[in-house]
Amino acid sequence: MNKKKSSPLFLAKRAVGGIIKYAFLIVLCAVFLLPLLWMISTSLKPNAGLLVFPIEWIPKEPMWENYVKVFQIVKFGTYIKNTLITSLTPVLGVLIATPMVAYSITMIPWKGAKIIFPIILATMMIPGQVTQIPMYITWSKLHLINTYVPLILPFFLGTPYYIYLMRQFMKSLPNSLVEAARLDGAGDVRILFNIIYPLCGPVLTTIGVLVFIACWNDLSGPLIYIQSSELYTIAIGLKSFTLTAKTQWELLMAANTVFTVPLIVIFFICQKQFLGGIATTSGLK
Amino acid sequence: MAKALSNSEGKKNTLTTKRKKSRQKRRFFWTGLAFASPWIIGFILFKIYPICSAIYYSFTDFNMFRTPNFVVLQNFTNLVQDKNVIKSLENTAYMVIIGLPIMLAFSMLMSVVMNMKAKGMPLVRTILYIPAVVPSMASALLFLWVMNSRYGIVNQFINQVIALIPGFIKDALPFTLKAPSWINDPKWTKMTLIIMGCWGCGGTAVIGLAALRGVPTQFYEAAELDGASRWTRFWHITIPMISPTIQFQFIMGIINTFQYFTQAYMFNMFTTTSQVTGGGPQNSLLFYAINLYREAFDFLHMGYACALGLVLFMIVLVVTFIAMRVSDKMVSYDVE
Repeated sequence: MNKKKSSPLFLAKRAVGGIIKYAFLIVLCAVFLLPLLWMISTSLKPNAGLLVFPIEWIPKEPMWENYVKVFQIVKFGTYIKNTLITSLTPVLGVLIATPMVAYSITMIPWKGAKIIFPIILATMMIPGQVTQIPMYITWSKLHLINTYVPLILPFFLGTPYYIYLMRQFMKSLPNSLVEAARLDGAGDVRILFNIIYPLCGPVLTTIGVLVFIACWNDLSGPLIYIQSSELYTIAIGLKSFTLTAKTQWELLMAANTVFTVPLIVIFFICQKQFLGGIATTSGLK
Repeated sequence: MAKALSNSEGKKNTLTTKRKKSRQKRRFFWTGLAFASPWIIGFILFKIYPICSAIYYSFTDFNMFRTPNFVVLQNFTNLVQDKNVIKSLENTAYMVIIGLPIMLAFSMLMSVVMNMKAKGMPLVRTILYIPAVVPSMASALLFLWVMNSRYGIVNQFINQVIALIPGFIKDALPFTLKAPSWINDPKWTKMTLIIMGCWGCGGTAVIGLAALRGVPTQFYEAAELDGASRWTRFWHITIPMISPTIQFQFIMGIINTFQYFTQAYMFNMFTTTSQVTGGGPQNSLLFYAINLYREAFDFLHMGYACALGLVLFMIVLVVTFIAMRVSDKMVSYDVE
């Protein structure tokens, strides 16, 4: 056995296998990254330089002016400020409401818990389009179109998918923790926010990042509810900019970079917790 | 009460603990209800109420301005004959039946790659995940450029490969080799969206990775001792062990694919010149949600759009039910 493992043939075979493996991984990573690099590369070229063959990956004279131009045409400052409102407030809402509901169905022994959870799962199957139109009619009757209320309020009232993730995590916490605290006379509010909450770090990060990304990306909500351009979020801002700059790819890609990069940065900051959180909470056990 | 008082000490004790218990039970009920109340209120306000009013509006010709007139089943009879609805159903079915399995198979492949053992694997995992963080709108805009038929890198690459093929092979082929016009050719538009979906598969791949990690290593060791090849091990151990995850992703995928909107909306913005939401080249990207949006917010046919929404709900329910039934037979839950 030992002889076999040190024979030149075996070593050669292993080396070739290793080379193939790393070559495959490198090519794969390149394929996944190329579109993004191409986006940044395009955003730094003059319009005439887009059609140059062979492809110039790093422009000789990077056109930083493209970004200046984009910031002049698109009011990114306002849009980013607005988008921070429409995405951070929902994060706050979800981080308050979701643990409460999940706590109720996992840690409090009451009848409703067993009834509520299946309903929460079932509501995940309702397509957004079913409720979207009646809600639009209702919000317009309440004169709340062109405000952020329709975009924000639902997040304070429990969103099924995040409740599901939260519940998956809370179920893994030992019940004795809560029982002991109850015997010591701690109220449920204190148990939730002083004992359970600090233990939920990874899920809370995951859920927070997921909500932030979802709100930052959301096109259909603002598309329906926001009309005046001072209230535009970055998604509809970019959408209306695309309509005016259909062939100016260098500008479109510059705007697209401004839209995308913050999310990638956030992802890198909370990467470890985030990926770990997804992996533990989405386990179907 | 009086009876209890006259009874022995022991009985009295059990009674008070009983009363204590029922009091605690009541307390749990109210606190449980209080903690669940955000969801309960949200459920009533944002699910029950809109569904009921959607049912109401679907029997009317409401258009935001007039008071709604009752038209009985007219919306539903119109819907069955509406060419756009039928086209949109075809396109959506294509995405569910062809697109979703391709994307799921690809993301499973990526979870297997993420699970490989090599130096620098955390970096590889991160790189494979990054596209999933890119907003779907931004990735649509990006792919409109990457897959651009003349200037996009994909076609530049394909053209270079074609140029390398010697002339006699090209002449022998019954068709001319040409890079597809991804965005403007109705035959390729949906495939472009599917490729884009594969690029952004990181989210599902990470969930798959977690499932792969959950498979006990003893199973592989035992199979290896029995001389099972890598391929057999994959088909007979890995796949059955992670089948619940695959099923979950498949069901969620069906529900989400029926609502496919943002990416198609961006693509259609580029291929239409009118003010009305487009359906892509020859309506090849007219998905159900796009058509519904157009009816509601371009034409303000609110009653009709509500009917469309309800029909979508019914279709999703029936399809997921069938998918669950069929896949339940293939999934093995019994292994711990």
